[in-house]
Amino acid sequence: MSLAATEGFRSAGLTRQLAGEIRRLVTRPWNIMEICGGQTHAILQYGLDQLLPPEITLIHGPGCPVCVTSLDAIENALQIARQPEVVFTSFGDMLRVPGAHANLFSARAEGADVRVVYSPLDAVKLAQENPQKQVVFFAIGFETTVPSIAASILHAERNRINNFSILPANVLVPPAMHAILKSPDNRVNAFLAAGHVCAVMGYWEYEPIAAQYRTPIAVTGFEPVDLMRGILMCVRQLESARFEVENAYSRAVTRAGNRAAQDMISQVFEPVDRQWRGIGVIPLSGLGLRPDYSDFNALKRFRLVQQAVSESPLCIAGQVLRGNARPPDCPAFRKECTPASPLGAPMVSSEGACAAYYRYQRVSA
Amino acid sequence: MMCLGIPGMITRLYDLDGTAMAMVDFGGVQQEVCVATVPEAQVGQYVIVHAGFALNLLSEEEALETMRLLKEIKEFNQAESKGKTEE
Repeated sequence: MSLAATEGFRSAGLTRQLAGEIRRLVTRPWNIMEICGGQTHAILQYGLDQLLPPEITLIHGPGCPVCVTSLDAIENALQIARQPEVVFTSFGDMLRVPGAHANLFSARAEGADVRVVYSPLDAVKLAQENPQKQVVFFAIGFETTVPSIAASILHAERNRINNFSILPANVLVPPAMHAILKSPDNRVNAFLAAGHVCAVMGYWEYEPIAAQYRTPIAVTGFEPVDLMRGILMCVRQLESARFEVENAYSRAVTRAGNRAAQDMISQVFEPVDRQWRGIGVIPLSGLGLRPDYSDFNALKRFRLVQQAVSESPLCIAGQVLRGNARPPDCPAFRKECTPASPLGAPMVSSEGACAAYYRYQRVSA
Repeated sequence: MMCLGIPGMITRLYDLDGTAMAMVDFGGVQQEVCVATVPEAQVGQYVIVHAGFALNLLSEEEALETMRLLKEIKEFNQAESKGKTEE
């Protein structure tokens, strides 16, 4: 790929041109939700929100994997991690996410063997190197991360690595969009669909959502030009009362998506109901292991005690994740709650909206 | 970051205990990437990589086509603002 083709998507001039086109087209207020927390960070980092006309409000969505991972899942992770024979592995973001009383980082300080891995395949390699240990991977994340977990399980199965298992906590985007659009207090007029989720899954699953709720959807990438173009596609549709799925990230996304990755996912996983932190149970919004792969389920390998857990009463993360409040609306924002001492997951994660507002100094809404 | 995908170029393909792997060049830094998800991948092609796995191939043709469409908007805007100044 020529350098011009990749660098063009960071062009400040093109980004401003697209913002100008949005300004020219817009006639009334519209709320556009970017689902993905990575896009929230990119929008604030490049100041795209400040280039948009006042009619356009960007609402930050629930696409922060560690933010929506339920307290129950974190409590299960802590119990598993504290078992003496376990090496507990996770993406780094998850370690500081507060559970009810502790997090994985504090469990490690107390002696648990908790390790950060870059890829789930690294966890499988750890299992291969430590046959006397049980290596467990905390399987969080959206459809972007799921193929890597499915491929790792298939690799472990093929090589008979029996001391590897996962704590299943993966979540899916389309059921969350249904939940947001069905909610009586929904304010979302259009969506930017997460480009890398769509690189895997395609965008055919979004077409019935756009039609059913009369809500435009633009598949959007992560560079400033990509993001501004996704917003422009949404505004064009809203202003002309069209409700379709358009692709603003065609260099990475096709309508059908990556079929090989989808086949791996459906070989290993099946949809299950899942609890989202701050949101509640969303039907068929998670992925659980199919019966053929249930040996890889850590919940079946370890005896766990179910405990009642509750959130900090100060934290409004649930409202932020549903798009009904902005981080500065929270009385604890920048006071009791900071990245050094977070009350809720959105202040921890590099994809959380509260951390983005803190980092990029957006004090007022 | 969990949705982050970084484009890189495949420089070598190989097999690791039955799983398709590649060395991928990210602007001069070589890293091992699992390419089981893109069985059609060839050396010299670009992939978007997330957590050590290729999510999909990147299409240079589509990247150039998007840039061409965007330049049209830019030229249209420039022509229009020039028109306004002349009015």
